[in-house]
Amino acid sequence: MSATTPGLDVVPTQRRVFLAVLQRDIYVTWGEFPVFLAQVILQPFFLLFIFGKVLGSLGYTRTGYADLLFPGLLALTAVVTSMQTLAFPLVIEFGWTKEIEDRLLAPMSTGLVAAEKVLFAAIRSLIATAVMIPIGILVLGSIPWRAAGLPLFLAFVVLGALLGAALGLVLGTLVKPNRINIVFSLVFTPLLFTGCSQYPWPSLARLRWFQILTAANPMTYVSEGLRGALIPSVPHIEPWICLLVLAGSLALLLAVGTRGFYRRAVD
Amino acid sequence: MGEVNGVDRAATSAVSVRDLVKRYPKAPVNAVDGVTFDVQPGEVFGLLGPNGAGKTTTIGVLTTRVVPTSGFASVAGVDVVRDPVRARSALAVIPQRSNLDRALSIRNNLIFHAAYHGVSSRERAQRADELLEQFGLLERANVKPDMFSGGQAQRVMVARALMHAPKVLFLDEPSTGLDPAARLFLWDRLQELRHAGVTLVLTTHDMDEAAALADRVGIMDHGKLLALDTPELLMRSVPGGTTLELTTQSDDPARAEAIIGGLGALAEVERVERLESPEGPGGQLRVRLYVVGDAPLLVAPAAGVLAAHGAALSDVKLGIPTLEDVFIGLTGRALR
Repeated sequence: MSATTPGLDVVPTQRRVFLAVLQRDIYVTWGEFPVFLAQVILQPFFLLFIFGKVLGSLGYTRTGYADLLFPGLLALTAVVTSMQTLAFPLVIEFGWTKEIEDRLLAPMSTGLVAAEKVLFAAIRSLIATAVMIPIGILVLGSIPWRAAGLPLFLAFVVLGALLGAALGLVLGTLVKPNRINIVFSLVFTPLLFTGCSQYPWPSLARLRWFQILTAANPMTYVSEGLRGALIPSVPHIEPWICLLVLAGSLALLLAVGTRGFYRRAVD
Repeated sequence: MGEVNGVDRAATSAVSVRDLVKRYPKAPVNAVDGVTFDVQPGEVFGLLGPNGAGKTTTIGVLTTRVVPTSGFASVAGVDVVRDPVRARSALAVIPQRSNLDRALSIRNNLIFHAAYHGVSSRERAQRADELLEQFGLLERANVKPDMFSGGQAQRVMVARALMHAPKVLFLDEPSTGLDPAARLFLWDRLQELRHAGVTLVLTTHDMDEAAALADRVGIMDHGKLLALDTPELLMRSVPGGTTLELTTQSDDPARAEAIIGGLGALAEVERVERLESPEGPGGQLRVRLYVVGDAPLLVAPAAGVLAAHGAALSDVKLGIPTLEDVFIGLTGRALR
């Protein structure tokens, strides 16, 4: 019977297996693309609509607030989308459905399975962030944009996406399935509101303790970095500081997350 | 035994395990405690033992999901600790519980599995069609496995495992929770695989399954391999296990003595025990022979002894031990 067909003795290259696993994730996302978009766009859309449009139109926020909110919401979308993409399914796959086993048993190093998760989460997050741009134009009428800021803009969006993925990897491998609801609400909500997406960090000088708190959230440096790239007239943390902090947090979170992944994958 | 010899043997064995030890962190005892065995290519090997005996951990090491504390393990000649990636290419695993990809249809479960193993896209589709057909899954090929019963999911998992033509197939408690029809279907497929030369390693706490499927059975308890042989030899090894009970019509004490003497003189008969005979009009002689060899082969010579003394055989009862008896003999307690 077919099971013994010879000729499969050659171990496929790691790159080939990696791409096959990535292809699986892309295939699945493509099949549910509208659901995916709704899932990731809805929250930043409403934040943008209420804080940028409604409150502005009613006169509760100053002119120009929408401009400094927009880069922050891009940061939020980038970080949160990749974190959600990675963390939720990973907790369930490891703890309950065991779906990940077929990939852990593929002829590929365990670290690469984790790397694929991070890369794919970042890709999804970049798509979601890109979609936020036309939505911003639609809701706000115009968005802050300058061509000279493009390289920094791209750098911070990519770093934000990777940062969220790394956070997701840490959460996804540390959290037990029965704790998923508690942990996510305890981690998620504070992360959302202390990441400087709705206010520029230097302006918090009047609220010193909160300023210190927000400095501990790596998302702050994505928001501030994007502000520096798109609307440098607003006071912001220097881009080089943002880049440095982000590189450091990324390295740390990836190291912790990969370790956690190994611990879950291999006894 | 020298390390070199062990490794040499590992190169030709489908599975080789040497002095394997696994101790989980914070566990008071070793989950696997110095296990050694080899499985030859094309063999069906069963690990039999109660839950917690260390079977699943042993399979876990062999399938690269558990890192051993010490010892050596190889699959298809590949050291699973040193080169897990290469080992994964040669093996496939059917777990106890479904781990099918719920986001993919049955067909795509098969196709993507093959893709992960580097099977070319044309061959993937062709093999998927063949296996779906063979496993009676064609009709539901485009359904997602959410609603599948245990038996159906297992069918898909076996088909999926075969997509990359593994040299060694590991099955963890394959019949657990299956209805009789699903179990027979599985056993048939496994027999086909055996005939096709695939090496099968299965764990089970079901002695019938072990006896029905396995060429050789290793009996495990508390992390140790207590015995390892063919089911027949294991069962024969049970002391006083194989018996032959004979009944003949005879009320003559002298003749009875002669018959018992004659039966005791037969080769392969260890001893003869006279059993209480229920009072009857003609009187009966009932004896139990404790046999070292094949009990059925002794029926004819025993009948010969009776005939030589003018007695006729009126009833025969064979007592053949099961693997359960083997386990009780080894551990002093029942398997379940």
